[in-house]
Amino acid sequence: MLRRALVLLSLLAAPGLSPAAAQEAPPMPARVVSMNLCTDQLAMLLAAPGQLVSVSKLARDPMSSAMATEAMAYPVNHGQAEEVWLMQPDLVVVGSYTAQAAAQMLERLGTPVLRVEPAYALADVPARIRTLGAAMGRQAQAEALITAFETRLAALREEVARRPSAALYYANGYTTGDQTLAGEILLAAGFENIAGARGGGQLPLEALAMAAPEALITARPYPGASRSEEVLMHPVVRRLRAAHASTANTGNDWICGTPFVLRAIEDLAAFRKDIETETE
Amino acid sequence: MSLLSLQDLAVTLRGREVFSGITLNIHAQEVVGLIGPNGAGKTSLMRAALGLIPSGGKSSLAGLTPQQRAKAVAWMPQAREIAWPVRVEDLVALGRLPHGDHAPAPVEAAITKMGLEGLRKRRSTNLSGGEQARALLARALAQETPLLMADEPTAGLDPAHQIATMEVFGALAAEGHGVLLSLHDIGLAARHCTRLVLLAGGRLLADGRPEEVLTDDLLARGFGITAYHAQTPDGPVFQPMHRAR
Amino acid sequence: MTRALALLLPLVLVLAALSLSLGPADVTLPESLRALFLGGDGPLPMVMREIRLPRVLLALMIGGTLGLAGAAMQGYLRNPLAEPGLLGVSASAALGAVLAIQTGLSAAFAMALPLSALAGAVVAVLILVVLAGPRAETLTLILAGVALSAVAGALTQLVLNLSPNPFAASEIVFWMMGSLADRSVLHVWLALPFMALGVLLLAGVGRGLDALTLGEDAAASMGIDLSRLRLRVVLGTACVVGAGTAVAGAIGFVGLVVPHLLRGSVGGRPGPLLWVSAAGGAAMLLAADIAVRVVAPDRDLKLGVLTALVGAPFFLHLVWRSRGERA
Repeated sequence: MLRRALVLLSLLAAPGLSPAAAQEAPPMPARVVSMNLCTDQLAMLLAAPGQLVSVSKLARDPMSSAMATEAMAYPVNHGQAEEVWLMQPDLVVVGSYTAQAAAQMLERLGTPVLRVEPAYALADVPARIRTLGAAMGRQAQAEALITAFETRLAALREEVARRPSAALYYANGYTTGDQTLAGEILLAAGFENIAGARGGGQLPLEALAMAAPEALITARPYPGASRSEEVLMHPVVRRLRAAHASTANTGNDWICGTPFVLRAIEDLAAFRKDIETETE
Repeated sequence: MSLLSLQDLAVTLRGREVFSGITLNIHAQEVVGLIGPNGAGKTSLMRAALGLIPSGGKSSLAGLTPQQRAKAVAWMPQAREIAWPVRVEDLVALGRLPHGDHAPAPVEAAITKMGLEGLRKRRSTNLSGGEQARALLARALAQETPLLMADEPTAGLDPAHQIATMEVFGALAAEGHGVLLSLHDIGLAARHCTRLVLLAGGRLLADGRPEEVLTDDLLARGFGITAYHAQTPDGPVFQPMHRAR
Repeated sequence: MTRALALLLPLVLVLAALSLSLGPADVTLPESLRALFLGGDGPLPMVMREIRLPRVLLALMIGGTLGLAGAAMQGYLRNPLAEPGLLGVSASAALGAVLAIQTGLSAAFAMALPLSALAGAVVAVLILVVLAGPRAETLTLILAGVALSAVAGALTQLVLNLSPNPFAASEIVFWMMGSLADRSVLHVWLALPFMALGVLLLAGVGRGLDALTLGEDAAASMGIDLSRLRLRVVLGTACVVGAGTAVAGAIGFVGLVVPHLLRGSVGGRPGPLLWVSAAGGAAMLLAADIAVRVVAPDRDLKLGVLTALVGAPFFLHLVWRSRGERA
């Protein structure tokens, strides 16, 4: 029994014995598997028909993914090395933090793995598109996406007369500051973030109440309940949110550095205009 | 006056009949010793009389409400259990619980009677076995009931403490109380009880004055022993000698 | 009123005031008290009334009832190691609460949360009382507690891991360690009726527990109805532990340390110990809740971490002593 298992193991490990295989990545990989929510979406935008073999399970979750409907067309993976290996990919795309054990295993087995860092700022979005486009052999598609993104972003960054104060407030009382993707979305939409220049962290409810931001942007609750999200229903939060007729939420457009962040900025800017007309 | 009246009392524990047909009366001014071999049901008899375990027949106490009963009889289980390090005076004062008062007079009287004045502030869990027995007896005295029932009150005590304890019961009887005790020490029973009840083989074998109960025949039938006995100016003396053949 | 109570109640008041004055918003105590009672402009009254006041009230209520329940359980089981947290009662209540939340029952009907936690606690206390009996052997008691805690903890973790909510899985720590951060007045109202009922039930057990000092038989002969006493202790403990756990998670060791520390002050009598323990429990939890905010102001350090740090050495000390008694 043990011997058979060992034989099987050595068979599995065999491709790893020739490291040369890893370097011979073809210019346009025919079978691409993405294992990360954000690369899933970029890959779906960039891929040639039939090129993308699988996306992560999260890509189909409308709470997290801006392309949940599109993702229904692809088989999903669950971030496990074995299932991905069996898909025989020419390129595996992962985030730089998630599924690391699986990524290392796949590299050992000789599959080329591309690690894409998350976008920390709006300026990172074109860079990520370019990186993935190059790896997938879809440079032209990538450049077209980038041009469209930058044109629309420039149009959105209009000058605003007054920047209403705002706070982003998530489960467990977390907030994000200017130097994050969400923070930049907030700035681009014409708000001033009470969390300021810092990256973010836990914002005590009390500090939030004392800062009394004009607009409070919270995350939509996930299905199923959690204690972490309970703070978003706290009377203090409800009162701040109830200050205006319209409300704004962070959502799937906010999570990844994809062109969909533009939609988030547009929605938020509309929210700001609602507030401005209310106060006039 | 009858303080306890049992009629045709029977107890069955886990399907086994312990005893049946027990009819017994305890009166004021009596110290009644309940004797019998191990397993004869002395403890069960007293607990059934109190209504603490289910029984057949009738007990004059079992019909009372728990509160009424607590004012009619004080009960000292054999296990000298003291769960918490309470002060001796607080332990004795527990005897007032059924009365719902904190009357200091009965507590003080009980402390004096049991010679606990010097120990009153001590933690009862730190006392010696003899001192604990005295404190627990004082607790029962503070309950001020007409009847006192005690299971093996002299077990584990040295001779001086045994005699002192039995003398307290004698004094209680002289004051007009009734006392029912289970005892293993036949000599002590003979010397200090006004009446003995012999329980053996699930029956009440004898009920009478000590010399009527501690006959050769009844000792052989009840305990399976022979005893040396003598009459002294100070009262009867019984000393178990051999196992009967 | 005993001397211990005369000392503890002012301490509780001082700690409550200190807790009210503590928070990220930098305001003086008089200012915050004025905002609390008189209101006024700006966000301060809201901070005081909606954030700090519920926190202090819950610390008082939960700490007080944990002290009370600990004293009652110890008195009934006649074992100084009996404690709702240690014996898995709190963990079972947490399981009940988690089930109510994850099945959506508490969203449909708010009272389902404390009720379900209460049910979990009742089951646990019943198992303990039946298993360990009224004269609880330390070994039986502790083993039963370990088993109950393990089962309840595992089931809680299972339920949370199966939840579709990404945050739920990480919340086992809250349920096992407890926290008062960001609780609102809603939580106070949720817990209050059950705690009041529990306190009412436990308020009547003092005489019975005093009598139980001498053992069951002696207590029964003194007119104590033992089955009613047991019912009161079981339901009363379950009510307060269930309600407390439902809103603040399982906070351990308060019910162990406080009665142990204060037993001497009431001459060891379990009846008077109940109320002294309640005051002591309130003081201990207020102090712990102040400490978590002073030690780590911008992290949600769990209350149970502190109570365990204080309580576990006590526990070991008691185990050591009971070992010596058996030898």
